[in-house]
Amino acid sequence: MKQIAVSMRGISKRFGKKVLANNKVDLDIYEGEILSLLGENGSGKTTLMNMLAGVYYPDEGQIFIKNTEVSITSPKDAYDLGIGMIHQHFKLIDVFTALENILIGLPSDEREKTCREEVEEICNKYGFELDLDKKIYDMSVSEKETLEIVKTLYRGADILILDEPTAVLTPQEIRKLFTILRNMKEDGKSIVIITHKLNEVMEISDRISVLRKGENVGTVLKSETNEQQLTEMMVGEKITLDIARDFVEDKAKRLEVKHLRVKNADDKMVVDDISFDLYSGEILGIAGISGSGQKELLEAIMGLQKCEEGSSVIYNSTAHGVHELVGLSTKEIIAHGLHLAFVPEDRLGMGLVGNMGMTDNVMLKRYRKGSGPFLHRKQPEATAQKIKDELEVLTPDLEYPVRKLSGGNVQKILVGREINNKPTVLMTAYAVRGLDINTSYAIYNLLNEQKKKGVAVIYVGEDLDVLLALCDRIMVLCSGKLNGILDGRSASKEEVGYLMTHLKQEEE
Amino acid sequence: MERHMHSRPLFHITKKDEPSFLVRSLTVLVAVILALLVSALFIHFVTKLDPISVYTSMIKGAFGTKRRTWITIRDACLLLLISLSLAPAFRMRFWNCGAEGQVLIGGLSTAALMIYFGDKVPGAVLLMVMLIVSALCGGLWAFLPAVFKAKYDTNETLFTLMMNYVAIQLVEFFVDFWDKKQSHSVGIINMNTSGGWFPKVFGQQYGLNILIVVVVTVFIYIYMHYSKHGYEGAVVGESVATARYAGINVEKVIRNNVLISGAIAGIAGFVEVSGISHTISKVTAGGRGFTAIIVCWLAKFDPFRMSVISLFIVFLSKGASQISSDFGLNEYASNIITAIMLFFILSSGFFNNYKISFSHGRKEGD
Repeated sequence: MKQIAVSMRGISKRFGKKVLANNKVDLDIYEGEILSLLGENGSGKTTLMNMLAGVYYPDEGQIFIKNTEVSITSPKDAYDLGIGMIHQHFKLIDVFTALENILIGLPSDEREKTCREEVEEICNKYGFELDLDKKIYDMSVSEKETLEIVKTLYRGADILILDEPTAVLTPQEIRKLFTILRNMKEDGKSIVIITHKLNEVMEISDRISVLRKGENVGTVLKSETNEQQLTEMMVGEKITLDIARDFVEDKAKRLEVKHLRVKNADDKMVVDDISFDLYSGEILGIAGISGSGQKELLEAIMGLQKCEEGSSVIYNSTAHGVHELVGLSTKEIIAHGLHLAFVPEDRLGMGLVGNMGMTDNVMLKRYRKGSGPFLHRKQPEATAQKIKDELEVLTPDLEYPVRKLSGGNVQKILVGREINNKPTVLMTAYAVRGLDINTSYAIYNLLNEQKKKGVAVIYVGEDLDVLLALCDRIMVLCSGKLNGILDGRSASKEEVGYLMTHLKQEEE
Repeated sequence: MERHMHSRPLFHITKKDEPSFLVRSLTVLVAVILALLVSALFIHFVTKLDPISVYTSMIKGAFGTKRRTWITIRDACLLLLISLSLAPAFRMRFWNCGAEGQVLIGGLSTAALMIYFGDKVPGAVLLMVMLIVSALCGGLWAFLPAVFKAKYDTNETLFTLMMNYVAIQLVEFFVDFWDKKQSHSVGIINMNTSGGWFPKVFGQQYGLNILIVVVVTVFIYIYMHYSKHGYEGAVVGESVATARYAGINVEKVIRNNVLISGAIAGIAGFVEVSGISHTISKVTAGGRGFTAIIVCWLAKFDPFRMSVISLFIVFLSKGASQISSDFGLNEYASNIITAIMLFFILSSGFFNNYKISFSHGRKEGD
């Protein structure tokens, strides 16, 4: 019989009147187990764990550690109680080495040498690979994650909370992480993984607690459940998890990208000689670990990045003829009426203006229309109303600041605006990141509709399962280079994962 | 576990929703009452005076006579005008700290025109010329930092601040240059002819001042909410990346909006010199360029809120100087009273966004 390490009773947390992030949640965490905390975005998983880690303080409820009631008012309290949390956004200092990051905040009598030995011991025990003298800015995401875990263990944590640890890892790195987590579990540690990825939940956990709208809707044993049941618990209703993929016969070349090269501010080549064609009636997926040049590639096509000499992007549409995009500014692309739609990764930081309402956001690219120095809001207002009705955007009114809306509604406004202009080419970057399951499927459907209408769609994604289910072709980027284009219907996850991390040797 | 683990914190702070307009107004009202009470304690215990008579004296100082009321309104208008000038820049997050210098330069150019053309050009024509030239000069003073910001991303706060000192030095130079009596001042310009002075409008000495400020207030409101240029500025202020995404020429938008900002500050200098003091010195702007920053921020760049806040701040300063003369208090005592008022009103904003939850419920123990 396993011992209870942590038990939370009747925990509630409010943010303002409207947001009840956690409502009387009970949760038990056992020693030597891996517990998955499953739930959609906004279901209160992270908030609940933040209260255990001392980031937030609960409005109501009690927390017991090994049957003693405790009050956790700061992360230091949490560490004293053996609780460590690895946040989704790493808390590391870029210019320090791994070892220095481990030592930060500890009493100065912790000598570097003894620390190094102890850290190495921890690494050997659980199977971490970590270079203690490497600077953070030289590290990959996976290395940073490893360091965060080691740091937490070094500080004596017995209860580890990992917030979406696999979000930015490749399949291979995820496997490595899971092996380590199992080693830690064998050692008697309690591990909580916050996630919304069902297949990982089924692979790693012993028990699964599901949160929905701030409430714990149930805890099940992995051995007694399946993905369908878990989805229903998360969403609260039956839904199908299949993504449609139709085949469109009629294809015409819409974009011809040739030798596209882009340098970043540090003079590093971030898009390195990429050439591909994009056709109407297809969804071209772009896979790659984050920062492999996806952002710059799309921005270069949109005229937002300076392209190096020799780059060429030919835009070919039945309605507007043939245009060379390299050399055109975004303003010129809009002014020429070229129907390139772009849903950028940073929705509120690039695609929309957070403090403005739907109307003002809908006119973002067409506010110049109409004569005179004044804005013409009639047309955009009608369009905004149409988007609100058709995509079921939940907003009090069209003037309500969009930054106050949920992520799903924000994305509906952005995608709605972009497809409203009847695009020839539609480029999306991480279109479903942070969205709940229903909204994600709504977005997939919208993209499929566009594809059937003959739009050429680019889908930059991170979830390989979705990429493999949705896209007709998958183009894999690795360190800014094109590392292969696979057929979406026949490729395997491992193939894509391998291409993401292993750059093909260039033929001489 | 250690003992301290069992004790709950006394209170913790949580975020709350933005309350309604009524609740927000009530919060400010409560803040004012509290400020009056705390000031009363200060007045009673430190200065040994009767708080009621001190407050009465403050009101008298600002609105006691017709003349005082007009002066309060006149000064509030000037402060409002300078605050308005900051709005287009601030909304783009271009922190223009150079209104002081832009006002001075506008005033200096006005003074120069008054001195050289005051008696030679018809009044109406001269006023138009002064308006345009002061706007151009103030605009230029802001434009320089804007060009550098747009092109090289220099820090506009430092740049605009430094431009203030250049303006002060220029004014000092010209004051000496025009000073014929070795008095280190230019005195009242065109004292006998009133050349280049604001004429009476609607039978009021400060009628034109008010007219200009009203026009600019409405202009700024329309500009910020209904014009294409104002929209561009709002987008740039929110996110430069979004602006570029929308095909907005960010550099141009920064330059144009800051130019407007400086031009209005320059006009404020024209109003001050031609419409109020009829002289120029390095204290012509009198720190209003900095007070305006507070006004603009408190009003969240809204022109109509700015007018209320400007009036309130001018009221406080008139009241403070009245009590220091009525009761023989030194300036510091009246400044403290002003500071208490501002402290309470400013900090009341905290309670619009956050609430404090005190720990309640069961006592600790098994």
